[in-house]
Amino acid sequence: MEYTFQFGPLLNYLQQFVSGLWLTLGLSFVGIFGGIALGIVCATVSTSSFVLPRLAVRIYVETMRNTPLLVQIFVIFFGLPNIGIRLSPLTSVFIALVLNNGGYVAEIVRGGIQATHRSQVEAAESLGLTYFQTLRFVILPPALEKVFTPVVSQCVLLMLSTSLVSAIGVEDLTGAAMIASSETFRTMEVYLIIAVVYVLLNFIFRAVLNMAGLMIFTRSRRRLLGRV
Amino acid sequence: MSVVVAKNIHKSFGALQVLKGVSLTVEGGEVVALIGRSGSGKSTFLRCLNGLETIDAGEIEVAGHRMSSKPAELRKLRRDVGIVFQSYNLFPHLTAGENIMLAPVQVKGLSRKAARDEAQRCLSLVGLGDRFDAYPDMLSGGQQQRVAIARSLAMQPQVLLFDEVTSALDPELTGEVLAVIESLARDGMTMLLVTHEMGFARRVANRTIFMKDGVIHEEGPSAEFFSAPKTPELQAFLRSEVG
Repeated sequence: MEYTFQFGPLLNYLQQFVSGLWLTLGLSFVGIFGGIALGIVCATVSTSSFVLPRLAVRIYVETMRNTPLLVQIFVIFFGLPNIGIRLSPLTSVFIALVLNNGGYVAEIVRGGIQATHRSQVEAAESLGLTYFQTLRFVILPPALEKVFTPVVSQCVLLMLSTSLVSAIGVEDLTGAAMIASSETFRTMEVYLIIAVVYVLLNFIFRAVLNMAGLMIFTRSRRRLLGRV
Repeated sequence: MSVVVAKNIHKSFGALQVLKGVSLTVEGGEVVALIGRSGSGKSTFLRCLNGLETIDAGEIEVAGHRMSSKPAELRKLRRDVGIVFQSYNLFPHLTAGENIMLAPVQVKGLSRKAARDEAQRCLSLVGLGDRFDAYPDMLSGGQQQRVAIARSLAMQPQVLLFDEVTSALDPELTGEVLAVIESLARDGMTMLLVTHEMGFARRVANRTIFMKDGVIHEEGPSAEFFSAPKTPELQAFLRSEVG
């Protein structure tokens, strides 16, 4: 086995890598926060007493969680044009990522909501709070706090999954790598580099999300920093 | 003026008939104790009064509001009826002060400033004026229950319902909670309490009601009720409670 690593030729592609990195960041950002928002709404609906919306959410969540993201991207980008909906590659992957992450987050948050004790709801209702006030002030904050760690894990996974968008020609970090690799034939070097970048992104995302969590959830902060 | 009027209340859970025609009127400023064995229906009856349980038959009017299944009507009633639970049911993610402020701000539309002042006042009233920023898990059971009472008080209810509020507390903590309730009684608060504290009922309640098998079995002014129970069932119950 004789292989001489040559990273030199890749320097010419620095600009593509950087713009690919930005796109990966953008896709992750939209996928994570769009997915969290969608997931919270869906989790709320799936624990409500409205039968039809509940069923619709159930079907959506199961579809997202039981099909590969790549297939979801293909359906949106290659499938929808058949029924007259034509979307650009970028729009398609944004939609796919939000829908996919939304399905997973919905299921995680649903667990958190169901772990909230019925007596909490009784106390809120007894004070005259409406259903939405109860949801907003009494049910969701502790539920989201409980499931924060699994939601962060899911969102970091989603960040890694954004690499699949390169399959329909979107030039994210992986897409840029594919181009650089096919033009320079320094395949090993290219993918090693972006692997390292993904690892770093992973750490950064985890840290940023956890920081955000500590800022949002005062009780966790208190637990971490000691009682005040 | 009657603050609570309940007429011929019936309630079943499946095949189990829990309330079999309970009627009760409570006047303003009155303190009424409900006693009886577990399963006699006293807690269920109390929960019917603010709509936490729906009744199968009968009529309820509390604080001038007729019981309704319409959410908006029910909320109006609940604004004027406070309830304190056995397990406190404080919101764990909010401080004591925030627990109390939530409903005045969201339900009554008070400004945060006004609600904060009111919360502080209610906390002082239950002897916890210095624990505004404490989270529930930093407080003892007795303190949590006093915060729960303050939370109800902040809505300025016309009647307060107490559902076995000291059953989860040891004797010392029970004492501090009962002292708060007693001071409310002195201030003329209309209260209905389900309790196992016989001595407290005798001392504080104007009237005591003994429930058995889903009906009011015996009732009377507390002094006579405890010193000269009429029915053999109440006599037996009081003997077993005193031990």
